Amino acid sequence: MADKKTSEGKSRRDFLSILLSGGFFAWFIALLYPIYNFLEPPGEEEVKISHIDIGKVEDLEKDTGKIIKFGNKPVLVLRRSNGEYAAFGAICTHLDCIVQYRKDYGQIYCACHNGRYDLNGKNVSGPPPAPLQKFGVSIKGENVIVFEETK
Amino acid sequence: MNKNNPIKLTKRGFHWIDERYKLTDLFSFLKKKSVPQYRATIWYYFGGIALLLFTVQVVTGILLLMYYKGTQDLAYESVKYIDTKVNFGWLIRSVHSWSANLMVLSVFIHMFSVYFLKSFRKPRELTWYTGIGLLLLSFAFGFSGYLLPWNELAFFATKVGTDIVGEVPLVGEYFLKLLRGGEDVTGATLSRFFGLHVAVFPGLFTILLALHLIFIQRQGMTEPEDWKSKPVSEKQQIPFFPNFALRELIIWLIVINILAILAVFFPWEIGNKADLFAPAPEGIKPEWYFLFMFQVLKMLPGKMILINGEFFGILMFGIGGLLWILVPFWEKRTPIGIRNRLLTYFGIFVIIFIIIFTMLGFYLD
Repeated sequence: MADKKTSEGKSRRDFLSILLSGGFFAWFIALLYPIYNFLEPPGEEEVKISHIDIGKVEDLEKDTGKIIKFGNKPVLVLRRSNGEYAAFGAICTHLDCIVQYRKDYGQIYCACHNGRYDLNGKNVSGPPPAPLQKFGVSIKGENVIVFEETK
Repeated sequence: MNKNNPIKLTKRGFHWIDERYKLTDLFSFLKKKSVPQYRATIWYYFGGIALLLFTVQVVTGILLLMYYKGTQDLAYESVKYIDTKVNFGWLIRSVHSWSANLMVLSVFIHMFSVYFLKSFRKPRELTWYTGIGLLLLSFAFGFSGYLLPWNELAFFATKVGTDIVGEVPLVGEYFLKLLRGGEDVTGATLSRFFGLHVAVFPGLFTILLALHLIFIQRQGMTEPEDWKSKPVSEKQQIPFFPNFALRELIIWLIVINILAILAVFFPWEIGNKADLFAPAPEGIKPEWYFLFMFQVLKMLPGKMILINGEFFGILMFGIGGLLWILVPFWEKRTPIGIRNRLLTYFGIFVIIFIIIFTMLGFYLD
């Protein structure tokens, strides 16, 4: 059967081919959509905590630091040599490693790429592009409380 | 003579298949196949070495699968179990690790030899691209396999490696989450890497490898550039079968011996179990084939004129890598028989760069 051109210059064949390829395209999208979404991990259950009691003031020796679990985030709590407490998010701002307090440097140190921060969490040398996230510390009676500072 | 003696049986079996599938055609093809013989012939063996090592990977990988458990709680313990309890478990795992490293090394040598011999030129562009795909998959195999024992070093190497993916503008964040199975490197990441390592990558690798080999069979081996003006009588060739194949077989034997020596005398360490809440250990390093990039990123300052140092590094490696991959496109076609010097110098520069920064990565701090 010869194609009969309509006044707009489209034939019945064109119409069918658009319909079919469009249909195929839609089918393909419908196939990909669930796969694409399946691969996207469901939002993590954010462990909602606002503060955490990490124990007695004297538990942590002066001039040392330790990593605590703050929800599902690692937080570095350190006690300066004068006995003051400070806390920072322990995730290095460079490439996501976990930092540590180095007594011999008197600095916070990331072993992955030699990043260093001072005891206020400010990036002082090496590749880190930004300071560490600050956490608040308060002493309630005997106990040390670490809390997330509201921005 | 007995009618059922083995030789007769084999012949009858061959005839049975030949009658149906025309094996004779295949053999006449193999008989015609030849390899040019000249000073660079030695480099023609490295693709075959990579192929051998890939086969070793498949076999030892399947064996390890019998005992390995790909979850956060059990991965490290199951690898320890393989190393200490399973008969020859330490050997199989050590061979798997060493063979992986040797495979990447021979793929590298294979690629550089193809580059310097300019074998990527028309009509072999697609052989080059499938080869690049195989190289990238080898990296992906190495990177994903590195995490599977779930030890400290691997944990942090994966954190850093995936964080670099997150630096890519626009799509980075999405791919970071896709790879990690969430915001952070966790058991979800391990599951994904395990699946990729044992199912997705082997499948893709097999397809690309098949194409790569088919292309080579269709086009034959590259001849050196200055052969194009030579008469046929002056071109020295050796038959692929049996001459080249037997030589390759001897090289395979040597490689298997090297592999055995390395695996037995330098068994692969397992290290300490990863702890999501412990600081990164001293001296964390990725596998040697990522070391030069790692070292450059380590040495770049945090801020470089307006942009982030690590982003600058990644950008440079991205552009460099793309240039390398696209070499069949941009290489100025020099007249037949004339060497493209610039191309050679660029290749030598790349090799020296990689060697220097790899050494720095090994010996600094």
